[in-house]
Amino acid sequence: MSWLPKSRKARTRLLLLAVIAPVVAVAVGLALWGMRDSISFFYTPSQAAQAKPAPGQAIQLGGLVTVGSVVKHPDGLVEFSVQDRISADKVVFQGDLPDLFREGQGIVAEGSYRADGVFEAKRVLAKHDEKYMPKEVADALKKQGEWRGDGAPPPAYGPPKAAGGPT
Amino acid sequence: MIVEAGAFALILALALSIAQVALSVAGRMRKSAPLAGAGEGAALGAFLTVAIAFAALMHAFIVSDFSVANVAMNSHTEKPLLYRVAGTWGSHEGSMLLWCLALTGFGAAFAVFGRSLPRGLRAMSVATQGLLGTVFLAYTVFASNPLMRVLHPPVEGRSLNPLLQDPALAVHPPFLYSGYVGMSVVFSLAVAALIEGRIDAAWSRWVRPWALAAWSLLTVGITLGAFWAYYELGWGGWWFWDPVENASFMPWLIATALLHSAVVTEKRGALSGWTVFLALASFTFSMLGAFLVRSGVLTSVHAFAVDPTRGVLLLIILGITSGLGFTLFAWRAPTLAEGGLFAPISRESALVLNNILLAAATAAVLFGTLYPLIREAMGATISVGPGYFNVIFVPLMAALFILLPAGPLLAWKRGDARGVIQRLWLAVLVAAGAAVAALALVSPRHALGALGVGLGGWLVAGAIVEIAERTRAFRVPAAETWRRLTGLPRGAWGMTLAHLGLGVFVMGAVFETGWKVEAAEALQIGGSLDIGAYHVRLDAVRPVNGPNYDADQATLTVTKAGQPICTSTPERRLYTTGGQTTSEVGLCYRGPSHIYLVLGDRRDAGTTPAWLVRAYWNPWASLIFLGPVIMGLGGLISLSDRRLRLGVGRRKEQPA
Repeated sequence: MSWLPKSRKARTRLLLLAVIAPVVAVAVGLALWGMRDSISFFYTPSQAAQAKPAPGQAIQLGGLVTVGSVVKHPDGLVEFSVQDRISADKVVFQGDLPDLFREGQGIVAEGSYRADGVFEAKRVLAKHDEKYMPKEVADALKKQGEWRGDGAPPPAYGPPKAAGGPT
Repeated sequence: MIVEAGAFALILALALSIAQVALSVAGRMRKSAPLAGAGEGAALGAFLTVAIAFAALMHAFIVSDFSVANVAMNSHTEKPLLYRVAGTWGSHEGSMLLWCLALTGFGAAFAVFGRSLPRGLRAMSVATQGLLGTVFLAYTVFASNPLMRVLHPPVEGRSLNPLLQDPALAVHPPFLYSGYVGMSVVFSLAVAALIEGRIDAAWSRWVRPWALAAWSLLTVGITLGAFWAYYELGWGGWWFWDPVENASFMPWLIATALLHSAVVTEKRGALSGWTVFLALASFTFSMLGAFLVRSGVLTSVHAFAVDPTRGVLLLIILGITSGLGFTLFAWRAPTLAEGGLFAPISRESALVLNNILLAAATAAVLFGTLYPLIREAMGATISVGPGYFNVIFVPLMAALFILLPAGPLLAWKRGDARGVIQRLWLAVLVAAGAAVAALALVSPRHALGALGVGLGGWLVAGAIVEIAERTRAFRVPAAETWRRLTGLPRGAWGMTLAHLGLGVFVMGAVFETGWKVEAAEALQIGGSLDIGAYHVRLDAVRPVNGPNYDADQATLTVTKAGQPICTSTPERRLYTTGGQTTSEVGLCYRGPSHIYLVLGDRRDAGTTPAWLVRAYWNPWASLIFLGPVIMGLGGLISLSDRRLRLGVGRRKEQPA
């Protein structure tokens, strides 16, 4: 094989490259493929109303649990609404809520909107630590001017001005 | 008074670390043994003073001295003693002090055990270690001092997050931090070797024990964390590809690659540049981990005690230290001598492939972990789900595991592929048998799961074949085999155990992931739910008072075909300080499998009380935690090898 380099060192390098290249190619391919399905965008209810994610598209919905909105059914279904300053969305969730789930607390719900605008959560996350809010929720609230610093009580505002989902 | 003494000791430690750098560098420049020796003395002194500061903080926690801000924020008089002690490292400030303790501790250990190293290399390593100590101690003293007093001490503290009040998590940070920081010695040795321009077989022989110690501690630390997540979070899972988990996993992957490439450098003198690169990368990833965990830039379910503003400082420290390390590498690495040639099929090639796959996996995890940050800079808030990590990580690891048993059987320089396959036919049989058995016997049928079980069997059988080959079992008389078995170096045992442990882990992880069953239902007293073949009945729920919490304790009876199996008492605790609820999972052990029971919220149906009960059948879940423990044990056994204790440097220096 005359096209091979003469020196053994160069041959070793070529071989090494021949092994690394496919591994890198496969890894990059898998990464891009995996990314496509695994990325989920984070919205607060009003952001979702603007971005209008398609029904069934996996997203994360974050905000504060509206005070007085939580209804727990004996069959394990929970209904509550998540709100930011501008709008609120109704969320349904089948299962056990995290230990830190409370009214007025910041949460992140993973799931998708149904065609009727109700958010169906597959998982509800609240932080381990009662002193902090989920970061996305905190950032989003900061942008809306509702932030009062770490550890401050969550804003207890009344019903949002324009209730309803991203219809 | 004790607190002031501790605060003073901490400042003294900073001064001693600076002295450690100055004395060691001066000792190297003037080739003066007394000066370099004084540098090592300073390293010991720095460790001693940090230990005093740490003890002072721990004392403040134990006696609940709320005039110390850190204690007031993170402790409470009603907390049990264990968690008051663990509170020492439960906060940002305290955990950074623990980091400094480990850092100076490794520096002191290096000063003591590194005597056999050549003088120049030793002095420069001690100096680099001192530099790392200086940077992190300065951060602790000036930006995150845990021993600050408050003007008006509160009567009662704000208590430690109840989720952290758990025995596994109380000991998890010390292991994890020792593992993280153990990589600092490897980093220092790499920097020193680059400065000295000497990277050879002897160097990698000195690196190995430190990398091995750090790797073993990290393995145990991560396992403790996963076990804690498993039974304290009550989600039934043990690994979520959460940024904080990834932060601890990336240094582990790099350290694993380093352990393997260092073997090639030690035995064959090849790959020296790559080994140095990994040595620098391992501590860089440790610091990156500390930054990601401590700054809270990424949303994590495990992030405690985060502080974004000081996170920036940690990022600067990371940038400067590893930036200097890699600049030095770029400058000096081309001068390194390239060693040993090897054929495409050889032990060297197998280890190179191992490194390629581990490095690719690390890069993939790094990309997935940091991708949300990249997108955030572009204005969108996103998260990367576990799907990404599974899609890329699992195939890379599967490729690695398929090759793994062949590696130790290949000869150095030029291996005999056919001979290796002949020797592994038994392992192939075992793996195929395990896969077929899993496919045929376990319902529901799950082809990928069965393949995974086969892969686990392949690893375990491969490790056993390897030992059998070393001892020539069944080919020579039993007595001869026994003699060989007892004569095996501990390093060989360590490797076999680590590979065996990996196989055990893979089997457990695959079985648990593939065949776990879960059920959740709101149950009234006397109600029941079915989980696989098991029947779970809620007998009673009664209030229980703990030292600092009130709990609802359920009594659940598990039966199978009418036969009682076990009674479990999961709890739902309300911590009175802070008003946080946590669940205490009930575990029923059935061989290596678990029945995992969680008491959820109260869901009354009208006026009849009812509780949400979740049950998981986690088959072979114990193996998930047993496997890494075997791996860690393998690391420790390997560490006790004579070869690593004596070192070659001493012999070399004697004639001079």
